[in-house]
Amino acid sequence: MEIRAIGCEPLQLKRMHIENGHTLDVYRQTGGYESLKKALNMTSDEIIDEVKASALRGRGGAGFPTGMKWGFVPRDSPKPKYIVCNADESEPGTFKDRYLLERDPHALIEGMLIGAFALGVETCYIYYRGEYKYLIEIMDRAIEEARQANLVGRNILGSDFNCEFYTHTGAGAYICGEETALLSSLEGFRGHPRMKPPFPAVEGLYACPTVVNNVETLTSVPQIIEIGGKAWQELGTEKSGGTKLWSVSGHVKKPGVYELPMGYHDMEKFILEDCGGMLRDDKKLKACIPGGSSVYAMRADQIIGKDVTLDYEGLVEAGSMVGSGGFIVIDETVDMVDSTKNLTEFYKHESCGWCTPCREGTDWLVKIFDRIWAGGGRPEDAQLILDLCDNIEGKSFCPLGDAAAWAIQGAVKRFPEDFKKHLLQNGNGATNAGQGQDLH
Amino acid sequence: MSSVATDYTNKVNVTDEVAEFPQTIVEEMRSHLTKYPKDRSRSALIPLLFVIQRERGYIDNPGVNFLAKFLNLEVTDIWETATFYSMFNLHPVGKYHIQMCKTLSCKIMGEPELTDHICSKLGIRAGETTKDGKFTVSRVECLGSCGTAPMMQIGFDYHENLTAEKLDKIIEECQ
Repeated sequence: MEIRAIGCEPLQLKRMHIENGHTLDVYRQTGGYESLKKALNMTSDEIIDEVKASALRGRGGAGFPTGMKWGFVPRDSPKPKYIVCNADESEPGTFKDRYLLERDPHALIEGMLIGAFALGVETCYIYYRGEYKYLIEIMDRAIEEARQANLVGRNILGSDFNCEFYTHTGAGAYICGEETALLSSLEGFRGHPRMKPPFPAVEGLYACPTVVNNVETLTSVPQIIEIGGKAWQELGTEKSGGTKLWSVSGHVKKPGVYELPMGYHDMEKFILEDCGGMLRDDKKLKACIPGGSSVYAMRADQIIGKDVTLDYEGLVEAGSMVGSGGFIVIDETVDMVDSTKNLTEFYKHESCGWCTPCREGTDWLVKIFDRIWAGGGRPEDAQLILDLCDNIEGKSFCPLGDAAAWAIQGAVKRFPEDFKKHLLQNGNGATNAGQGQDLH
Repeated sequence: MSSVATDYTNKVNVTDEVAEFPQTIVEEMRSHLTKYPKDRSRSALIPLLFVIQRERGYIDNPGVNFLAKFLNLEVTDIWETATFYSMFNLHPVGKYHIQMCKTLSCKIMGEPELTDHICSKLGIRAGETTKDGKFTVSRVECLGSCGTAPMMQIGFDYHENLTAEKLDKIIEECQ
């Protein structure tokens, strides 16, 4: 698997190939914790202004401006405040945070410390998905190293700043990547999302002001403080600052984690050259889902020759979204009815069951796709699926329902020829029984 | 879904029996409480359920009764959380819990064929445990390792870039 930067100096990936990059010694030898020292001599407003100037947007999927999120925290609140790192990386196609947590844990600690100092936070939690147990062990050791070096705990580096770090585990629930569901889970409850407002910045963990940020968002913070918000923004575009990690999987020769400057040109070159081209030379590109499974799939003809730039605006213009930056590259051997059936099963399994449109809607979608796949497809099914999606999108309690609807609508609208052959008169669609799919 | 982890349709045997643990394990559980504010001990519930699962093989009724007392919660509070998360096994699983990632990237890179392969090798279907209690095969949703698809976890260990041959070798080493 490839891990490298293209078109920029590696910032996020700076320590990926350095031996023992996860240790405090090597982290410090490569400039680590210098940004914290600098931040300790800045005011809260100066730090937040640098983050605002960087145009850093949340790297978990929603893309919300980080500086603005930090600015929502009431500074004068008498309650304790928290920073919670969202390391519940579960979006299908996304695995970038895993490598940051494995090989550069101190970058996360430093990013959280800078945020904590700016916002008056004394307790930080890192919420890992349960499957990432080995990464929790790496982080616990890193926190202990930092504590020994007076970087965590009381009077950090001789200042009057105190900050404690704790790791916490989830136990297998995609919904816990949604920030309010994550907080419910961290309090020991089912991972059900909560009503917004109040937003976590005002009432989050234990009803106290809380900032929830993705791993890559927080590891960007030391870079921003080091080179300055404006300089960091200029690595990317005006509205999409800095560099970003993209996880690439599926039918390419070189899947991996790539760091690209925002505004990278273009998507076709990225897939067909940088990622080594299609896995099998005789199979053409059919589709790419660029932002984790929850965004609209793009057809090859929306990518090839279309000069799609890789940033928030460029992908929206091209008909999809950055999301979490999880590229799933699909070649012409894949039937999009089959791939979409796979995703409906994912969303049904991961729907938390709290609200009716998402719980019932995803269940019905699976039933319809099962019937189509078993050969019972009807001509009206495409419209039926779109109607169902319409009754989920914007009508569910949290964005999981929207995500499910987008993933499925995109496929139905953009790959009608795949659906058509399954949706024949009188339910005599193509039969696929016995093709290794019915493994329940 | 077929995975054992999410199958809570079977009735649980209700008992008042409370599990007992050696002092070292109780100390380990107490250490989790120190991470959270004193009046927020419920926050430790998920980490503690993992301890119960490790010590007792799965989330069983006596283990849950212990946690209810330990955290001063109702038994139903513990079940409410335990039944939500797919990593908690509410029934015994094999010594080696093989979890094949079935989501899109792994699927298009060959997961269905590999699951077929391992199931026929072990003589079970996905969701089942071998008679000797050694292996359980589950198909689970995305494990965050798409760049090295197809992949699986056995227990907490990642096995990536799988092929049928590699799978055979891993299974042999489990024997």
